[in-house]
Amino acid sequence: MKHVKTLTDRTLKSTMEKGGCGECQTSCQSACKTSCTVGNQTCENK
Amino acid sequence: MIHQYKNNGYNIVLDVCSGSVHVVDDLVYDVIALYKECNTQEIIEKLPQYTPEEIQEACEELAILEEQGQLFTEDVYKDAIVDFKKRKTVVKALCLHIAHDCNLACKYCFAGEGEYHGDRSLMSYEVGKKALDFLIANSGNRVNLEVDFFGGEPLMNFQVVKDLVAYGRSREQECNKRFRFTLTTNGVLLNDEVMEFANREMANVVLSIDGRREVHDRMRPTRNGKGSYDLILDKFKKMAESRNQTNYYVRGTFTHYNLDFSEDVLHLADLGFRQISAEPVVATEDAPYAIREEDLPQLFEEYDRLAKQMVEREKAGQGFQFFHFMIDLTGGPCLYKRLSGCGSGTEYLAVTPWGDLYPCHQFVGMEDFRLGNVDTGITKTEVVDEFKLCNVYAKDKCRDCFARFYCSGGCAANSYNFHGNLLDAYEVGCELERKRVECAIMIKAALEEGE
Repeated sequence: MKHVKTLTDRTLKSTMEKGGCGECQTSCQSACKTSCTVGNQTCENK
Repeated sequence: MIHQYKNNGYNIVLDVCSGSVHVVDDLVYDVIALYKECNTQEIIEKLPQYTPEEIQEACEELAILEEQGQLFTEDVYKDAIVDFKKRKTVVKALCLHIAHDCNLACKYCFAGEGEYHGDRSLMSYEVGKKALDFLIANSGNRVNLEVDFFGGEPLMNFQVVKDLVAYGRSREQECNKRFRFTLTTNGVLLNDEVMEFANREMANVVLSIDGRREVHDRMRPTRNGKGSYDLILDKFKKMAESRNQTNYYVRGTFTHYNLDFSEDVLHLADLGFRQISAEPVVATEDAPYAIREEDLPQLFEEYDRLAKQMVEREKAGQGFQFFHFMIDLTGGPCLYKRLSGCGSGTEYLAVTPWGDLYPCHQFVGMEDFRLGNVDTGITKTEVVDEFKLCNVYAKDKCRDCFARFYCSGGCAANSYNFHGNLLDAYEVGCELERKRVECAIMIKAALEEGE
């Protein structure tokens, strides 16, 4: 593309196929205890 | 739904429901804002600064992205989350309040200087053991179990921490579980023995420090009123180095008193720390240190400044991680995780020194939220059911927010503390979260460009 550069190579919808295993870290166990930050957790089931 | 914004010279378009991120030129940026309301001819008329050919070309590229499911995608997830939430939940993470006591007297402590508005108390080994047994028994087929040693100050009860880790490890094989222990400490009691133990057993350690000496000392004094910065700094440096600058965070809280908090983050980076977190204090407006709505413009500028600095430092080979700017655009959590949020009250519970169970560390001490205890298990199941229903589609304020798949509906405790129910949102927190997501994506765009 000439005018657009896309930074992502998968969509959220595609993660529905094998998502939901629940093995990933709980967000408040990482470095936040007062603000919810789920989007930066790592998937354990790639 | 898309969210388009300019930051640090980049034109960024987030396609909210697919999670796709596009960096676009001015032409596409202007066209995209009109793309859904106008046909090509109308766009040509509304944007005379571009030639019709250019606009035609932009529209063609946008049409391709749309067809590929990377632009203007519909929100089709609501039914998925309803089904997902109906399933039986398991408990997989505990916040163990190993000590309701503290050797510091931090002014913003939501635990009321470590005591959680109750008596000072240390968790016994017996109670802790029951908590781990409860976790194993209620974790279904989950393998990874998380236990955070929290307080108050957990190192005031270090022997019990050590004994519980040993007990947890002793049960891993027979139960087919893997414990990930973590420790949050103010550092006062950190010594070589603790470091050696933590480096062997703790998947992560969180070291509390607010940044510059005067900022830290103002809010984190010792019990006799002196600052604690000098007591802890060298120990934190040593701890970070001994963990090879990974699997730890130095974590600070910023308040109304240090709205220029980017200085504190950069101070920590200048000291050599590579894993840094700084969170806005959460306090009601009557507290003099509370973040107020009128503070937001300055805080936005601070996040922008920090983001730019991080890009520059990364390019110069002196990069560091800032927890709230971490975003994984190619991996990251699945949709279910993003929709179901932090797991408080369902898969994540807090345990008091005497064994009571609460939805999370922030609810400890609120009688209505006492779910049961380590002997009886959860008896107040109706409260768990309430938490089970907490998700972005259940919250009016989240439904149309572009950041809903990143914060996942925000903190239930903040919602309750500010609005008296679990399904609202703490607006100041939301504003800051949206800003952080914008900055995090900009950093990705800037670093991608450098490659």
